[in-house]
Amino acid sequence: MIGRATLAVAMLLGFGTDIVLATDAKRSGYDDASAETRAMQDDDAANPAFLWVAQGESLWSTPAGPSARSCASCHQDARISMRGVAARHPKFDPTLGRPISLEARIQQCRTERQGAPALPPEGDSILGLTAYVGLQSRGMPMAVADDPPVRPFLDAGQRLFETRMGQLNLSCAQCHDRLAGQRLAGSTIPQAHPNGYPLYRLEWQGMGSLYRRLRNCLTGVRAEPFPPDSPEVVALSLYLAWRANGLKVETPAVRP
Amino acid sequence: MVRVLINAPKQVRAGQAFEVKLLINHPMESGQRRDTFGQAIPREIIHSITCTLGGQEVFQADLFPAISANPFLAFWAVATQSGDLTIRFTDDQGTTQTDSVAIAVV
Repeated sequence: MIGRATLAVAMLLGFGTDIVLATDAKRSGYDDASAETRAMQDDDAANPAFLWVAQGESLWSTPAGPSARSCASCHQDARISMRGVAARHPKFDPTLGRPISLEARIQQCRTERQGAPALPPEGDSILGLTAYVGLQSRGMPMAVADDPPVRPFLDAGQRLFETRMGQLNLSCAQCHDRLAGQRLAGSTIPQAHPNGYPLYRLEWQGMGSLYRRLRNCLTGVRAEPFPPDSPEVVALSLYLAWRANGLKVETPAVRP
Repeated sequence: MVRVLINAPKQVRAGQAFEVKLLINHPMESGQRRDTFGQAIPREIIHSITCTLGGQEVFQADLFPAISANPFLAFWAVATQSGDLTIRFTDDQGTTQTDSVAIAVV
């Protein structure tokens, strides 16, 4: 009886208040995946995302644009220069006056410094390059800053996370904060931490960015997806990454 | 050009079995799906793979439509002398591709 009463109180509290997860209560999507999926991620030879990583590695030293410079011309060895970079993104960009994702940072470097056309959005090349850069931070804890310039974006992201959307009238928080760990049909509801992007999703049979995932979620609740690089996507991506602070970067992860 | 990852030890001991893992970037379209207009998407799979070590066949497989995209294959082999581990596969379009890594026996 006591047990049941405590549970009821806990549920009441859970539904009524904002939940901020403590680091030890955070669960990566990896922990909720099946043993087979985890084994696939653990073995770099079996993780299909490494096909994209190999492409990214060769792109790193391929010259592009009129400057004929490659990423390696300025950043040299990615294994040293890119270590920890993915764990800190999205990061505030003073010139743009807003946070910028790792993909967008790579595209910015490409168009502004290399003078080359941007890579096709969500194409194999940008996913590969981002995965290769992300891989250099694998195992490091996510450490997205929440200093004053990003504060308004974080707040906007949190508001979006808690806003009901679409014909199903659901917010992200309803499932991923309050019901995480419970089941939706056959699968466990994850806490929605973006610590493994870009990742290989078995359902896609391919690599995808966080934006692709967000678009999936939004159409899932029958809302109109936000356009890529819209203020909403920037804010939501930042909030999600900050919310995962402390979890280890798993790029490139494998998810069902 | 299909991207292929061949994961095998660079150095092996003579007569000792070692594992070879292959990961091939391929859509493996089964031929049983239809597109948004109801048109059948033609079958496009890798249907045969042969693996040789120093010119001698060590592994051969026929693949069928139920194999997932980006197929992963693993097998064990034994080397007695140094040589190239070569994989050769053919898809439904008739394209044949060869990739190889060197294996040294120490």
